[in-house]
Amino acid sequence: MPSEKSVIALDGARKHFGAVRALDGVDFHVAPGECIGLVGHNGAGKSTLVNILNGGLSLDEGTIRISGEPVDAYSVSRARQAGVRCVFQELSLCPNLTIVENVRIAHRDLGRSAWRKNAETLIRDQLGKVFPGHTIRTSELVGNLSIAERQMVEIAIAFLEISNPVKLVILDEPTSSLDAVLANKMLAYVRQFVAEGGAVVFISHILDEVLEIADRIFVMKDGKAVVDSTASKFDVASLVQAMGSVVRENERRDTTTNAGEVAIALRNGSLQAHRGEIVGLAGLSGHGQTDALVRLYLENTGDWRSHRNNQVAFVAGDRSVDGVLPLWSILRNMSLTLLPDLTRRFFVDVARERELGKLWRERIAIRTDDMQNDILSLSGGNQQKVLFARALASPAPVVLMDDPMRGVDVGTKQDVYSMLREEAGKGRTFIWYSTEMDEVRQCDRVYVFSEGAIAAEFAGEDVTEENIIRASFKEAAA
Amino acid sequence: MTSDRLRQLLPAFSLAVLLISVFYIQPRTMSYLGLNLLFNLAVPIALATIAQMLIIAVNDLDLSMGAFVSFVACVAATYLRDTPLLGVLILAGAIGVYALVGILIYVRNLPAIVVTLGMSFVWGGLAVLILPSPGGAAPDWARWLMKTKPPGIPMAIVASILIAGIAHFLVMRSSFGVVIRGVGGNERSVERAGWSILWVRAAAYASAGFFAVLAGILLVGLTTAADANIALRYTLLSIAGVILGGGEFTGGRVSPIGAVIGALTLTLAGSFLSFLRISSDWQIGAQGAILIIVLALRVLLNRSKQGAGD
Repeated sequence: MPSEKSVIALDGARKHFGAVRALDGVDFHVAPGECIGLVGHNGAGKSTLVNILNGGLSLDEGTIRISGEPVDAYSVSRARQAGVRCVFQELSLCPNLTIVENVRIAHRDLGRSAWRKNAETLIRDQLGKVFPGHTIRTSELVGNLSIAERQMVEIAIAFLEISNPVKLVILDEPTSSLDAVLANKMLAYVRQFVAEGGAVVFISHILDEVLEIADRIFVMKDGKAVVDSTASKFDVASLVQAMGSVVRENERRDTTTNAGEVAIALRNGSLQAHRGEIVGLAGLSGHGQTDALVRLYLENTGDWRSHRNNQVAFVAGDRSVDGVLPLWSILRNMSLTLLPDLTRRFFVDVARERELGKLWRERIAIRTDDMQNDILSLSGGNQQKVLFARALASPAPVVLMDDPMRGVDVGTKQDVYSMLREEAGKGRTFIWYSTEMDEVRQCDRVYVFSEGAIAAEFAGEDVTEENIIRASFKEAAA
Repeated sequence: MTSDRLRQLLPAFSLAVLLISVFYIQPRTMSYLGLNLLFNLAVPIALATIAQMLIIAVNDLDLSMGAFVSFVACVAATYLRDTPLLGVLILAGAIGVYALVGILIYVRNLPAIVVTLGMSFVWGGLAVLILPSPGGAAPDWARWLMKTKPPGIPMAIVASILIAGIAHFLVMRSSFGVVIRGVGGNERSVERAGWSILWVRAAAYASAGFFAVLAGILLVGLTTAADANIALRYTLLSIAGVILGGGEFTGGRVSPIGAVIGALTLTLAGSFLSFLRISSDWQIGAQGAILIIVLALRVLLNRSKQGAGD
C-alpha cells in the first residue's frame, strides 16, 4: 500500500494498559476513497485503535503519519485539523443543548458572528443529505430526541464540513440504533462520500453490513491485526473464522450438566439457571448482559419496603464505581453483606468478624498481612478477590457476576476459576457475564446476547469460540 | 410538550401569584414607589443568583457566594470610594482568584463544595480585616445608580430586566454560554471537540466572580454602608433562586431569566410575611416553604410528562 497517499498511517503501533496489551504492533493505513471494515471480538483492540486515530490516546510506541508527514504531538485538536472525525458508540452529544448548539460545540471552526444561523442551515442541509426525508427540527433539545434521532444528528455533525475538509470519518456501530431504512440511507451516503474521495473506518457487529460497504477488511484479535485484505475475498463464515483463534485446542473441563431444580430465572422465562450450574452470559459488550443481571437481581430481592432476603449476591464489575468502599478496611469491605448475621444485640460482633476475615484471607489468598489495612492498599486483582469473598461468604445460593475480571492478572483468574468450581460443586449457582472467551469457556451453559436479547444458547461441547462469535455478530440487519 | 412549556412558565407563575397576593393585602404597593421598595433589595440578589447559576451550569456549587459578596461590599465601601484605582484593582484581583479556584477544582479534581466552603472563610476573614465594625460609605455613583428614578418604570424593575436580558444573551445565546452549558451537559463531548475544559471552567468561574462583584457594589449602593456579614444569606438565597427559576443542580440545565425571577420571588416572600403581620423571623422558613411548593409542582409536571411519553 503506498503510504504516501494515506490520510493517516500508523506503523508499529503499541499501547499498553498495565499488563494488558491493547495494541501490540499494529500497522494501519487509510487511503483516500477507501472504506475499511474494522471487526474483532471484545478486547481485540478496536476501540483503542479508534481512540489513537482520533487523538484521545497517545501511542506508547510507533509512528503516526498524516498525508505522509510524521506527526509528533498528535492530539484531539490535531486530529480534527487533519480532518479526522469520529462517531462514538455511546452517544456523545450534550442532551441539555439544542441541535444547533451541539453543532457549535462540535465545530470550533464555525465563525463567531451569526453562528446560530450558519449552523442551522449547515446542519439542516447535512441531515437532508445523509437522511433524506427526515423530520428532525434543528431547534429541538437533544434530550427530547429519540435515540435513533440522536444518532442521526451525531452522524450528520460528523460529516459536516465547515472550513477544515473532512478526510476520514470513523463510524463506531453507527447503525446500532437505526432501523433498516435509515441504516440504508446512511450506507448510501457513506458510499457517496467514499466515491468522492473521503475515507471511512466502519465498525459494526452486523457482518453483512460490513462486507457490503467495506473495500478492505481489517480483523483484529488480541491487539494484533490478523487480517488486512480486500473485502471481496470474504463471506460471513470466513470472517467469523478469522476473528476466532485457530490454534487453540478445546481445553474445556468436564461439565456437569445436571438438570436439577431451577435456582433462579428471569420472570419472562428467557433465562434460567439450575442448582450448581455456572451459566455464562456472552456476546459483544453492552448488548444487554448487565441489564439482564440487574433485572435478575431486582426480581429476586425485595424492594426497599419488604424484608431483605439472602437469595442473591452480586459481584460488581466496575470495582471503583460500584464495588469497593474506598475509605474502608479490607475486612469491612468483605463483611459488608454479612453484617446482619454478624450482628448481636445491635452491635457488630467484632471477634467473629475478624475470625471470618482470617478464614477468607486464607481460602482465597488475599495478599495482605493485615485485614485492617486500607482496601486501596491492595492491587486491583486482590481488591476483586475481596469482592468475591463478600459474595461467597454470604449464604446466598445464587451469585451474579458482572464481568468481574476486568484488569485482573492471570494468576488471580486461575484462583477464582477454581474457587468457582469448588463452590459450584457444593451446589451454588453462578451467573457470569464475561467479555473474555477463556472465562466463557469455563461455563456449563452460555447465553449469547445481541441487541438486548438472547440470540443463542449453547451447552457443553457447543460452547466454542466460533459458535459464540457467530451468534454475537449478526449476519443481516433486522 | 405542553408540560415542558408549563415548566418554563412555572417560575413566572409563582412570582405572579405572590405579587397578586401582596397587591391584594396591601393595594398601596401597586405604585411606582411601592414596587421599587418591594424589589429594591432583589437587584443584588438577582446578580448573585446569576453568578451562582454560572457555577451550577458547570455542575459545581459555590458556597462562598455570600462571603464573597460581603467582601466586595466592604471593598466598595472603603477602597473603591477613597482610592478608586486601588479598589478596582482589588476587585479585578478577586475575579482572578475566582478563575484560579475554578482551575484548582478542575486540575486537582476536588469537590467544588469543599473548596468554595474553604474560600468562604478566606473572603469572610478579608472582609473583617477591611471593616472590623460596620461602616464605610458607598461610592456616590453606586448610590446614585440605585436611587435614580427613571420615568414610568421603577429602577428595581429596570435593573432586573436588564440583568435578565444580559445574562440570557451571555448564557443562552452566545457561543461562550453554549460551551459552558455543554461542559455541564457532557464534558467529554466538549473535550472531544477540542475545547480546553480548563479554560472553559476558568471563564465560567471568572464570569461568576464578575456578577458577584456587581452584586456587592449595588448592595452597598442600596445600604450606603457595609458590614463584613452584610450578605451571608446570599449563598443559600442564590442557590434557591437558581433552582426556583427552573435550573437543576447537574446537567447544565439553567435558565437566567428564571433565575432572576427566582430571586425576585424569594425577596417578595419576605415582604409578603410582613404584610401579613408575621414576624420576619419566619422569613427563611417561608422562603423554604415556597421552594418546596414550587419544586413539588415541578415534580408533578415531570411526572405527567413521563406519563404522556410512555
